[in-house]
Amino acid sequence: MKAQQDVEQFLYRQSELLDTKRWQEWIDLFTPDGIYWMPPAPEYKTWDGQPAIFAEDKNLMTVRMNRVLHPDAWSQRPLWETNHVVSNVRIQSSGKNLVVRSRFHMMELRRDDVRHFAGSYEHHLTKTKKGYRIKLQRVDMTNAQAAYDYVLQVWV
Amino acid sequence: MLQERIADVSKFVEPDRVRREVYTDGQIFELEMQRIHETVWIYCGHESQIPKAGDYYTLQIGRQPMLMVRGKDRKVHVLYNRCPHRGNMMCGDRHGNTGEQFRCSYHAWQFHHDGTLKNIPMMESGYAGTRVNKGSPELNMKPAARVESYRGFVFASLAPTGPTLKEFLGKSIVAFDDMCDRAPGGEVEVVPNCFRVIQHSNWKLFMENQIDALHPSVTHQSTGRAAHEVEKQIAKKAKAGEALSYHMLSAFATVTIDKWDNFQTINYPYGHCILTGYMGLRPQDPDTKAYDKLMIKAYGQKRFEEIVGVNIHHVLVYPGLSVQSPLQQLRAVRPLGVDRTLTEIWHFRLKGAPEAIYRRSLAYYNLVNSPATLINADDLENFWKCHQGLSSDGGDWVSFARHHGHDIEKPGEVSSAPNQGTSEAPMRNQMKAWAKYMTA
Repeated sequence: MKAQQDVEQFLYRQSELLDTKRWQEWIDLFTPDGIYWMPPAPEYKTWDGQPAIFAEDKNLMTVRMNRVLHPDAWSQRPLWETNHVVSNVRIQSSGKNLVVRSRFHMMELRRDDVRHFAGSYEHHLTKTKKGYRIKLQRVDMTNAQAAYDYVLQVWV
Repeated sequence: MLQERIADVSKFVEPDRVRREVYTDGQIFELEMQRIHETVWIYCGHESQIPKAGDYYTLQIGRQPMLMVRGKDRKVHVLYNRCPHRGNMMCGDRHGNTGEQFRCSYHAWQFHHDGTLKNIPMMESGYAGTRVNKGSPELNMKPAARVESYRGFVFASLAPTGPTLKEFLGKSIVAFDDMCDRAPGGEVEVVPNCFRVIQHSNWKLFMENQIDALHPSVTHQSTGRAAHEVEKQIAKKAKAGEALSYHMLSAFATVTIDKWDNFQTINYPYGHCILTGYMGLRPQDPDTKAYDKLMIKAYGQKRFEEIVGVNIHHVLVYPGLSVQSPLQQLRAVRPLGVDRTLTEIWHFRLKGAPEAIYRRSLAYYNLVNSPATLINADDLENFWKCHQGLSSDGGDWVSFARHHGHDIEKPGEVSSAPNQGTSEAPMRNQMKAWAKYMTA
């Protein structure tokens, strides 16, 4: 039960960092070789060498962060907020390296428009002295194969 | 009312400016769908999307729901996605395999892959003595008037007459030659994923932006700067060449406004355009050298130099296709309404090229063209803002006057003058073609 609670707290914290735009702290949750991956469809098995909506190492995460923080990121000028809810947290393996599956729902407000995204997370976590760190986060969007009405600017 | 205004459509377009209604008026949109998109050659897809008999992909030509299907005879057919019985759409999925024949989900009418009628249930008992009998052409799924393919790229025209595909493409055909020639095997195949993104603006804003050499350093400055910073950090630690994918992004900042003038546009009849200049990507890393070796083996040194020397950034096939041949990707533009436009974005693999070369262009596909794009987010924001502004009474005209009067005109082509790559010649050329179509 301890692991369950720790993992849940970790996931809640991660989504809170997104919703409060603490990008660097969010990036810091990944291991040095950590990957954030959003495949275009559920049948994809690996992020490497494939089309991907996101397939970002920490360098690319930093590019994305620096972009949205730049004063001339025009698409970020309008009011833009998100709200994540994470649930259905299931630990799939035990030990130092954990595979955790969960479900999320994200509401996004941009200017006057509300969009909803939902799907599942698969976190490959490793325990470090500073707590859990993400080696791989897979994000399967339920609407990944639908046309995107506008785009995603930040991680989901 | 419409006829009055359309009779005057020539007044909407002047050589260096265009009336705002061209982008925002619903009736003009309907007319341009009819006279342009549903008349000219429109890109349907690549043959490798439908390798097996019965494989199909649906698509939109103008306002018409169509499908592209592989027949048992290996031929590619383009049909209206409509059952001739009661008008039910034949294929409801975006793509799939229809099996031995099309079978309508409403009353089970069946059709061959070329759209001809195969069977109607209870044909004899139900239709004896009626106007419905096998062999009447109105009982077939209607085919596109003309279908042609060039090096695997399938186009359809819904008009029975007009220029052939090759005549229509003219010199913009280099888009497909450049892409395929860069494969040691001389062919490309599709990477089976389509990114689809909707923008809230008229389709023409997209086409104009693709070869607008002035906008990158303004619109995309944030990503350019961000990538350049990270690129510098990586370069400190890494071997040369490793940061190439960041270079594609940082070029948006490191290539400053004045430098984009070194690019050049060459404009052709029917509104097509080539933007020359390539972000300095002819690197000398081991992957590129291995690829060069394969290419020289396949083509010989002389032809190899010609192929990799083709200097293209973008090719625009007006009105609905933007091709980045050196990176093997294209965007098909599907207007959904006067203020809504879908782009379908595909990546292709060079047959016979090393995996590393595929991965290099894949990085661009993912970073620039995915729905989490680091680039187009700002374009889409501009498109929306443009469409909003053009919908207002704050002004009547859109200006395309930059370097007007300085372009170099030769028979069949108009080039921007040297060091005037940011000339708005492509927009002037597109609108010239547009006006010609609309008043034809």
